[in-house]
Amino acid sequence: MARTEAPNLPPDPTAAVEAAQAEVPPELVAQSLGEYARAWVARARSGQSGVLPVVLGMVAIIIVFQAISPNHVFLSAGNLVNLFQQSAVFMVLAMAETFALLLGEIDLSIGYVGACGAVIAVQLVQPVTTNWPWWAAIIAALAFCAAVGAVQGTIITRLGIPSFIVTLAGFLIFNGVMLILLLLGPFSGYPNLGAQSDNVKVLYNLMNGSIDPTVSWIAMAVIVIGVGALFWFGDNRRRKSGLVAPPVSLSLIKIGLIAAAGITVVAISNVNRANIGTLEGVPWVVPIVLAVLAMWTILLERTKYGRYVYAIGGNPEAARRAGINLALVRTAAFALCGFTAGIGMLLYASYIAGMSNNVQGGQYVLFAVAAAVIGGASLFGGRGKALHGVLGGLVIGGIYNGMYLQGLDVQRIFIVTGLVLLAAVTIDALSRRGGGAGAMGFSR
Amino acid sequence: MTAETVATEPLLKVRGLDKHFGPVQALYQVDLDLPAGQVTALCGDNGAGKSVLTKCISGVYQRDHGEIFWEGQPVHIRNTRDASRLGIETVYQDLALCDNLDIVQNMFLGRERLRRELLDEDSMERAAARTLAELRVTTVRSIRQPVASLSGGQRQSVAVAKAVMWNSKLVMLDEPTAALGVNQTKMVLDLVRRLRDHGLAVMVISHNLNDVFEVADRIAVLYLGRMVIQAPASVLDRQDVVEYMTTGRLSRAGGQVKRGAN
Repeated sequence: MARTEAPNLPPDPTAAVEAAQAEVPPELVAQSLGEYARAWVARARSGQSGVLPVVLGMVAIIIVFQAISPNHVFLSAGNLVNLFQQSAVFMVLAMAETFALLLGEIDLSIGYVGACGAVIAVQLVQPVTTNWPWWAAIIAALAFCAAVGAVQGTIITRLGIPSFIVTLAGFLIFNGVMLILLLLGPFSGYPNLGAQSDNVKVLYNLMNGSIDPTVSWIAMAVIVIGVGALFWFGDNRRRKSGLVAPPVSLSLIKIGLIAAAGITVVAISNVNRANIGTLEGVPWVVPIVLAVLAMWTILLERTKYGRYVYAIGGNPEAARRAGINLALVRTAAFALCGFTAGIGMLLYASYIAGMSNNVQGGQYVLFAVAAAVIGGASLFGGRGKALHGVLGGLVIGGIYNGMYLQGLDVQRIFIVTGLVLLAAVTIDALSRRGGGAGAMGFSR
Repeated sequence: MTAETVATEPLLKVRGLDKHFGPVQALYQVDLDLPAGQVTALCGDNGAGKSVLTKCISGVYQRDHGEIFWEGQPVHIRNTRDASRLGIETVYQDLALCDNLDIVQNMFLGRERLRRELLDEDSMERAAARTLAELRVTTVRSIRQPVASLSGGQRQSVAVAKAVMWNSKLVMLDEPTAALGVNQTKMVLDLVRRLRDHGLAVMVISHNLNDVFEVADRIAVLYLGRMVIQAPASVLDRQDVVEYMTTGRLSRAGGQVKRGAN
């Protein structure tokens, strides 16, 4: 045969392995975790380096902004809680965008679709007009967002129009719809959550309410123990039955990190952060974001539906031949994207205590895409997790917050955020090229 | 014919199959036998109708005339799901694997096992590991590594394992070695032999006569939509097959004898 083996040999296998191993935290290599480390290396080489880059980015942001912020206020308890509240909107919107990104699609409309949902909720709870109970208003808002997503998804899948164009149209349409909805009722376009009614207060508290410090500690302990036990017993069971499982040390590290994150968040939030009086405890938004994270993590990683989303993002033709209903999965993903965006913009409305025509829907979409991609999701589909949205949201929130502390004008913040998005997408494209080489057979 | 092929009814029997696309007649009165426990190589030049015949068997296309017998019974294969239900699986040249999913996820794609509405990863991983071990696909480092990190031969092996996992009785492989180097080709051909040893009927579509003579028990040659010869590999040589593929008949004197023998 004329063929030779040469093209199938790795260009320099040892170099590639070493390069990948350099990214493994040294304590893992030191304990020689064998099979798991090798799987991790394989993953990293195929472009799935996990959350490491975003964690490094976060550390860099903390160091830089702590050093340059006036009076080193960046790491003060008050600012960190504020940062987390600002980031929460980015986090949830990024989780929304992840559904579209996983399919290799994009949804540019989520900023204004979510904003429409938020306006609907804020309008419906107004005591002087409709006076709906808060939960009914939220259900109506999220149902609207999901329905819009489903309609856009149907147009994209059934008519085969690129999602970029359909959702760009949606971006414009729902900007207009939002302005119309704002003008309803006697609020001169500024319906707000300032009314002194317990019902309206619930929406206001989504972002601004705090949980009692003692309750915060207890709830955190319950969540950490619960999630930790889930990991521990799950990994243990797999180890015992001889399945691929992380080594004990890694399970412990994972659980330790979760506990550390929980303790840090509660400890910071329980510091009195008010200039006058007391303001302490974990903001409500923390459990809300965690709930969204848990919900979408289970959906994407533990259900058939989630598996199909990844499969379609990876190879639509393979998914089709496996008997998966592509149109249904795709349409549902856009509906979920809209639904989640509704949650994100509800948090936004709560943060600014109302809605107005100042909402930067376009900017928020870009922040959401940037956050998801910085967190580790791929613009090319098939790679990304809900957790990536949360981590990326924290990075974007950190940049945003840090630049505000510097007193930078909005135009400079735009430029920096745009550059960060560009950098994240470039890294994504380059790592994809690396993954492509693996797919061509450059490995043993 | 050799004794073993006479002794048992072939697993799949195609008789007088016609298929046309508009005015183009792709297959004329094609007969084909695919016995269990044997590797049948389907050869033919480009456009001879190999893919069309495969797709008629796997349910992608519907035949116009003719009959297909499965274990002696006439069957009507309307779609790929019908074919899977009978136990017919096809591994296409593009393999249809998702690079971003791991080996287990790929092998169970579309047929995931559930426990309390959630994916039952443990049970799927065990079953996938068992299948790979049976086929002695042991070169993969971890069953949980993404398919993107596998070599060409390993990817082909995973695609084949995915196909045989579902109690399939007939596996059709479309150009399984076309994109592979020497070692990888050997690995895939070993795998094909193992499928045969497990009692499966295997059909390999191939241009590569080296591979064909290395692995095939029987050889079938299509020429311009007609089945020009079906014979045990032992009675044909490379020159004969090339001649059947390019001219549709055997001109040399010795060939007639061979043909008579069959």
